[in-house]
Amino acid sequence: MNALTHVSDIMIPMIIFWIVGYGMVSGVKVYETFLKGAKEGLRIVVEILPTLVGLMMAVGILRTSGFFELLGRLIGPATQAVGLPAQLIPLLIVKMFSSSAATGLVLDIFKTCGTDSYAGMLTSILMSCTETIFYTMSVYFLAAKVTKTRYTLPGALLATLAGTVASIFLAGKM
Amino acid sequence: MLNYIWAGMILLGVIYGVCTGQMSALTGGALDSAREAVSLCITMAGVMALWMGLMEIAQESGMITKMTKGIRPFLKFMFPRLPEDHPAGEYIATNLIANVLGLGWACTPAGLKAMEQLAELERQRAEEKMAQPVDRQLRLRAGQRSEKEFEKRRCGSGITAASNEMCTFLILNVSSLQLIPVNMIAYRSQYGSANPAVIIAPALVATLFSTIISIIYCKWKDR
Repeated sequence: MNALTHVSDIMIPMIIFWIVGYGMVSGVKVYETFLKGAKEGLRIVVEILPTLVGLMMAVGILRTSGFFELLGRLIGPATQAVGLPAQLIPLLIVKMFSSSAATGLVLDIFKTCGTDSYAGMLTSILMSCTETIFYTMSVYFLAAKVTKTRYTLPGALLATLAGTVASIFLAGKM
Repeated sequence: MLNYIWAGMILLGVIYGVCTGQMSALTGGALDSAREAVSLCITMAGVMALWMGLMEIAQESGMITKMTKGIRPFLKFMFPRLPEDHPAGEYIATNLIANVLGLGWACTPAGLKAMEQLAELERQRAEEKMAQPVDRQLRLRAGQRSEKEFEKRRCGSGITAASNEMCTFLILNVSSLQLIPVNMIAYRSQYGSANPAVIIAPALVATLFSTIISIIYCKWKDR
């Protein structure tokens, strides 16, 4: 997996170099433009702060109540066999409905297991590879006024399953 | 949706906490988490400002427009029956590129526009079909289905059912090819990862895999 780590290491510096270089060559006032975008970025963060407070609080309550331990004892042995730590089961389910609710669970896994543990790695890769199914479908199909979604759901579930399998495989190699 | 998930988590937590006698711990858990959300946002602010700043440069310099044009052949492959200059193509391209670059806020508006355009295209197709009585006669003569049934199917597919293009577009959206998982990297650095960016390559491999699987699935369904 050294090659993958190497790609990860050079990716961000390369992109920064490429974008700034391309901007310079195209005669963009790179610094001023950067500041404009950065301000927009800060605004986005401020906007998601209330969401994060609400969701992390909910996950915090659920965790301290000991509910996740119960879940782990009940289904842990079964999921462990396919390489899924029990903490990831609620995440997999919630992620299909809402990515911001999933974020609360992700941070909880990072805190209890560590970001670089197997569970932490698996969570990181998993969250980076597919989108929320039901949210995307409901918003987009509402815009098109479509009620029969035909093969969209099976396809979306298949994509999510493929992403999950790949994540388990890759996290095991890290 | 989020209302139910959020309330569900809190109610379940409190009820289970009462059962296991964890009430004082619950208070701490709730307060600590709220405080943590704020400190997380401070880390996020740095990463997001950096990324959005770079993206603004990419936008200004015409790089994003160029990329949108660059994926035309891919669109042609995925949506073979979409007319060459149909406005839906432009919106789909913008949406997919925004996905790749992790520009969440830019994905949805373009995606919604794309869906509206695809719905419009379906309506046109339905009208064209209706304007071809010869074709209908032929089908009827072939004895495939009764006239009434045929009418029903035509209306059904034109107005309430998703077209193949819509299905493909949404599945591609869910499998979401993402170049840099900016948020994940920010979260990892907040929670003390030794190398927050180490997930970029494996995440890219995983997202490529899920996207390829969905492309194969869509092509198979759309054949």
